[in-house]
Amino acid sequence: MSKEQILSAIRRGLKRGPLPADQRAMIEGRLATHPRHLIPARSRVPRPEQVALFVRNVEKEFGSVARLADLRDVPGAIADYLAQQNLPSRFVLAPHEELTGLPWSDKPMLEFEARRAQGTDAVSVQHGFAAVAETGTLMLPSDPRRPTTLNILAETEIVVLRASRIVGAYEEAWDLLRDGRTEGFMPRNVMLVTGPSRSADIEQTLELGAHGPRRLHILLVDDEPAALPPA
Amino acid sequence: MVQITSPAFKANAARALGDAGLQKALGKAKGAFLQRRAEAVARLPEFEQLRDIGRDIKNHTLANLDVYLEIFAANVERAGGKVHWCSTAEEAREAVLEICRKAGARTVTKGKSMISEEIAVNDHLEKHGIVPVETDLGEYIIQLRGEHPSHIIAPAFHLNREDWEADFRRLHTDLDPDRVFHERRDILAEARTKLRERFLAADVGITGANFLIAETGSSVIVTNEGNGDLTQTLPRVHIALASIEKVVPTLEDACALLRLLARSATGQDFSVYTTFSTGARRPADLDGPEEYHVVLIDNGRSNMIGSEFQEMLRCIRCAACMNHCPVYGVTGGHAYGWVYPGPMGSVLTPSLVGVDKAGHLPNASTFCGKCESVCPVKIPLPKLMRHWREREFERHLTPAAVRSNLAIWAWFAKRPGMYRAATRLAVGALSLLARGRGAFSSLPLAGGWTAGRDLPAPEGGTFMARYAQMKRRG
Repeated sequence: MSKEQILSAIRRGLKRGPLPADQRAMIEGRLATHPRHLIPARSRVPRPEQVALFVRNVEKEFGSVARLADLRDVPGAIADYLAQQNLPSRFVLAPHEELTGLPWSDKPMLEFEARRAQGTDAVSVQHGFAAVAETGTLMLPSDPRRPTTLNILAETEIVVLRASRIVGAYEEAWDLLRDGRTEGFMPRNVMLVTGPSRSADIEQTLELGAHGPRRLHILLVDDEPAALPPA
Repeated sequence: MVQITSPAFKANAARALGDAGLQKALGKAKGAFLQRRAEAVARLPEFEQLRDIGRDIKNHTLANLDVYLEIFAANVERAGGKVHWCSTAEEAREAVLEICRKAGARTVTKGKSMISEEIAVNDHLEKHGIVPVETDLGEYIIQLRGEHPSHIIAPAFHLNREDWEADFRRLHTDLDPDRVFHERRDILAEARTKLRERFLAADVGITGANFLIAETGSSVIVTNEGNGDLTQTLPRVHIALASIEKVVPTLEDACALLRLLARSATGQDFSVYTTFSTGARRPADLDGPEEYHVVLIDNGRSNMIGSEFQEMLRCIRCAACMNHCPVYGVTGGHAYGWVYPGPMGSVLTPSLVGVDKAGHLPNASTFCGKCESVCPVKIPLPKLMRHWREREFERHLTPAAVRSNLAIWAWFAKRPGMYRAATRLAVGALSLLARGRGAFSSLPLAGGWTAGRDLPAPEGGTFMARYAQMKRRG
């Protein structure tokens, strides 16, 4: 049996048998408490600066951000962005109640279907779970309301994100996902996305739009007064 | 099977040095990597502290590797996935083939994976009528050319833009032969279109894993193109190939290592896609694979545990060591003759294929120490290469002439008086001979040295004589 063979070869190398119970308990304790390591100082700043750091990092990585005062402004912001980019006004929408319940009838030219994405979809609108200021990274976990295909198949991905869901470091985003649970909290797929798809495989020179989205646009909804930029 | 040409390293290297196209590609690429890494490190003041943390996380995991692997496997199964434990490359190839057969697979898309090169799974699938399609842009062209990667994160490191255009014209025969590639992005767009059909048609997707997380039973891939995500999301079956040392305890441990990985590799603060896969599609999910398999591969690594090479198992495959290596910088990756080139390959290849075949590699080093100084998990690569040289010597694999010269040197080295007298004589004779020239381009008995470079001529007394002189002067 290969499993036993591998494990006993490792134990032989470590010059011990199976780990004694007390040491095993220490390992299990470490897993249960999952201690954090050093967190870089760059994201340990007041809320408005954290949000500004997120925006700056997204733009550094060739993404774009539009700040909206209210979630109800999303349909208008999508219509504006698609028009600016000369894109069709048809898209696939994450079947998330926060998005499907928006006042879409205000913008009757927008056509959408709430479902997973197909190879033919040019534009997708995803619901952002959380984001990390440290590197301008979105956390997009899969669940029935946030299909993974929306993150990878369309040429243009628009993500609706509440400012209150921006944290400083990756560890804080995992804590939002853990939500106090120690096991069974991981969805099938969690994507950490930093900017649009790219490749440097041709002469080590960066080109945007490899296999994933060529454009990543974030609609940042300012739902947290304390995170607003100083007036 | 990847043919091992490591025994021919010297001939491979000589050929590489004479290859104008390769030298052009290497010259262009290397500077970009070094500069981008240096800038990314400068942007993160805590980088040096994180290197110590990264080393400690990996050491802790390796010291408890059996336990973490068991916990990882149990958590994969709890999330609805399956783990296949494989001692050897053969077992791993068979496990992959078996999963593909059960899935009735005709085509398989693949994300970039070095362990997949190591176990040569593509050849095995092809032999059994299943078509593997590499989808990372660099891997795609390498597969079209029938080559192997020359770099662990930039597989087409050795190619120039002209090569890409010529190969695409030659192989994409359904497209207009007179089409023009104005920009690099036109090459990219053609590959995107071609591969999109493949992504949508594949029955199985095979990826590697940058990390495995024991706590959650997840496999993690890190990419910029998004090909890995299309590979593991669209087909009905996802297979993650991973060697046993990829496991880390928790998500927090992975975060610490991820802060090091992209910065060390491409000089990005973070890669575009860092994706955690855990089990198969959940009941209400609208997409994702229905089956999730982890093929867990040893293939020689458990033998490194407890040996002087255990530290090599900390490697997170960032490629900083080869990017900074003066030898890799002129020979490129193919000269190393197997899957892993550069300093990390010079330590790992003898461990996995034997020092009898790969003994040249740990000798292909100037011991400048740059690799160790940039390694994100502080692997003492020069020390480990020296261990291989010692093993090679002990096993009498070193050529007779080298051995006898070393024996003569050792005799003198143990007798300081004799050593000083002999070096005084030699230095005197050489500076007499040199008279007016700064270096020798050829010298009797030193042809092995002067064939490839000049020997600098001594300009005064021996080191010891000068040292004594300076001490007298105070």
